[in-house]
Amino acid sequence: MAIEAVINHSHWSPLLGRLGLDALPQEPIVMATFVVVALGGMAVVGALTYFKLWGYLWKEWFTSVDHKKIGIMYMVLGLIMFLRGFSDAIMMRIQQAIAFNGSEGYLTAHHYDQVFTAHGVIMIFFVAMPFVTGLMNYVVPLQIGARDVSFPFLNNFSFWMTTAGAVLVMMSLFIGEFAQTGWLAYPPLSNLSYSPWVGVDYYIWALQIAGVGTLLSGVNLIATIVKMRAPGMTMMRMPIFTWTALCTNVLIVAAFPVLTAVMTMLTADRYLGFNFFTNDFGGNPMMYVNLIWIWGHPEVYILILPLFGVFSEVTATFSGKRLFGYSSMVYATLVITILSYLVWLHHFFTMGSGASVNSFFGITTMVISIPTGAKLFNWLFTMYRGRIRFELPMMWTVAFMLTFTVGGMTGVLLAVPPADFVLHNSLFLIAHFHNVIIGGVLFGIFAAINYWWPKAFGFKLNEFWGKVSFWLWVPGFWVAFTPLYVLGLMGVTRRMRVFDDPSLQIWFVIAGIGAAMIAGGIGAMLVQFAVSVWKREALRDETGDPWDGRTLEWSTSSPPPEYNFAFTPIVHDIDAYEDMKRCGVTRPVEGFLPIHMPKGTGTGVVLAGLSTVMGFAMIWYIWWLAAIAFVGIIGYAIAHTFNYKRDYYIPAESVAETEAARTRQLAAAGA
Amino acid sequence: MAQTTHSPTGHASSGQAPSAAHPHPNAEDHHDLEHGSHGSLREYAVGFLLSVVLTAIPFWLVMSGAIPDRQTTALVIMAFAIVQIVVHMIYFLHMNSKSENGWTMMALIFTIVVVGIALSGSLWVMYHLNHNMMPMTHDMRQMP
Repeated sequence: MAIEAVINHSHWSPLLGRLGLDALPQEPIVMATFVVVALGGMAVVGALTYFKLWGYLWKEWFTSVDHKKIGIMYMVLGLIMFLRGFSDAIMMRIQQAIAFNGSEGYLTAHHYDQVFTAHGVIMIFFVAMPFVTGLMNYVVPLQIGARDVSFPFLNNFSFWMTTAGAVLVMMSLFIGEFAQTGWLAYPPLSNLSYSPWVGVDYYIWALQIAGVGTLLSGVNLIATIVKMRAPGMTMMRMPIFTWTALCTNVLIVAAFPVLTAVMTMLTADRYLGFNFFTNDFGGNPMMYVNLIWIWGHPEVYILILPLFGVFSEVTATFSGKRLFGYSSMVYATLVITILSYLVWLHHFFTMGSGASVNSFFGITTMVISIPTGAKLFNWLFTMYRGRIRFELPMMWTVAFMLTFTVGGMTGVLLAVPPADFVLHNSLFLIAHFHNVIIGGVLFGIFAAINYWWPKAFGFKLNEFWGKVSFWLWVPGFWVAFTPLYVLGLMGVTRRMRVFDDPSLQIWFVIAGIGAAMIAGGIGAMLVQFAVSVWKREALRDETGDPWDGRTLEWSTSSPPPEYNFAFTPIVHDIDAYEDMKRCGVTRPVEGFLPIHMPKGTGTGVVLAGLSTVMGFAMIWYIWWLAAIAFVGIIGYAIAHTFNYKRDYYIPAESVAETEAARTRQLAAAGA
Repeated sequence: MAQTTHSPTGHASSGQAPSAAHPHPNAEDHHDLEHGSHGSLREYAVGFLLSVVLTAIPFWLVMSGAIPDRQTTALVIMAFAIVQIVVHMIYFLHMNSKSENGWTMMALIFTIVVVGIALSGSLWVMYHLNHNMMPMTHDMRQMP
């Protein structure tokens, strides 16, 4: 069981640092995964080379600064990492279902601890964040009538930095190890004395590099929303999704520097012998817990707010009504934005700050559920007496309302400090936050994918497989997580690898069945994508407005032309496109002007690639390589500033051509 | 940074667009842009002088030991630092309540609120934690 722990990883050479043969996979499961991934990777590379797709991918996607393509790449990144994060979940479920009656299960402690850490880190940083950022990237410029984001190159760079972080996490699976500390890497466990090898270093550098991307994309989207709205779109006429995106990005810009600072202090502890979070020399590990949750709680709202926006758009569209209580929705979002900074201590009520501190944070936590509840009533009143169409996005929205409300209620229960003393770190907590993250964030992303897919690709998603996925996912979620509520109330703590009490096993088996149902749901979703692409001609949408949409993104073609709008639209109402349709505004067919556009560049890929190398070198103590990569990053960034060929004009004739094709398409569709 | 030509029109005040006869939806609507001023030489000179003076005084306080009490010295230096921040914001970043339609002011207030919450909250939390969880005599003083 503890064979790995015996292996001595303490060797170091100037050339390869800590890297040695012992970094290669030792455990059979990881070795098998390594072989499968290596073969699969080679097959993909081979296929791309055989079909000569590298040039296309490089020119049209990797180096593109088009917000729509970057948005789609974020979604692809999120989806790939979701499969990885979910396989971790399945491994945990199987381990916990069989590790009874003296059985050790099939995962060693060293492996199991990495699995639950990787699951949390991946699902939050490399699944939920890319999904949310991808959605905002794709939809926000279209919704505000802009042609791109404020800083198109920065957008590309941000995406590749996020990807670089994901690459480092994936590398840790096969070269060395990942952290065994839980997803927030609390010291003193994450200090050098207790995590001497590379696991925590992978964690730190992956998060730091991806954090650069997240922060910069936050800056970018704030600037876009504040400065690039179409004429007439005042703040109080912005679509709700854009509002929630603005608040989320404000939260990102305010919260992520805290994470960066905490990680930097942990780095100083581990690399330079500092004592910020050690037990000796005046250090205080509790300060880490305090600081990381000052980032961590706003992070929760960073994830959920944009999905609240999605649900608002979906509810209004599929109820055929204006959103009930637009301004209360805006104010609720703003209140949540501020309050999310006042609740962080509820993650460590048991740390011992005492009654006055705990009651303050308990009360603020309960208060924050009020604006959230107001939102739910707004959605319900929007549906009330509407002509509701139960298409897939609406189905996910209804599933969200039911699921998320239960998650919210268990959250308020946990906000009571005395109750939290009983339930802290129990499976009840695990069930609670999966209830809000899956029921809120993930269901929201599925609603959004089904809703905006036709806009992005010009054809709808297959409904049958979408429904199969839905009906496996939603009951699957409840089968998987209700047992965890029960176990948590019985006092079972999280992150356990083996169990003594055989009476608990049945609950873990049920949870495992739920996980299998969810796996079916994920499979059905992949089939849904494949079938939809295959039968895309039958699902084709020529109008650009398949759902009778209300906001500006539906006024352009699907997929939108590179420049989004030939003329910048003028906004007169909250639901701008619905207003245009109602007033019978006609689409202009002449008088086109040349359009000024940003040019693609490979700098983002190069800088992120160098960052990956630097991160890898720092993790393995290969100092010379880290120094070279660092100098390379700075040098290449400076060289990039001398690149003056950054823009071009789409000539008026080719705009006219594109728009004429669109006119013919609309005429054929009878719109 | 390559930008699209799309003109920034973030005006909270442009709400009263003509609504009677919805004009052409795509006509370019011109709005005046209110860029923050970029300052004059005089402003920069004043800012520079102030920041030099505000840096020199704390240096002198430390080097000469003019105030015997170290804690008072530290507090005075922090007060100078805060004034220094304000000087930088006004003379170098050209911040006032009107620049960028008030967005810079809004961002500043938000930043102050968030930083204030994080600092005061952390101090409060950690103070109570120490008070409750560290009743034994501290050994930390022996540490380097």
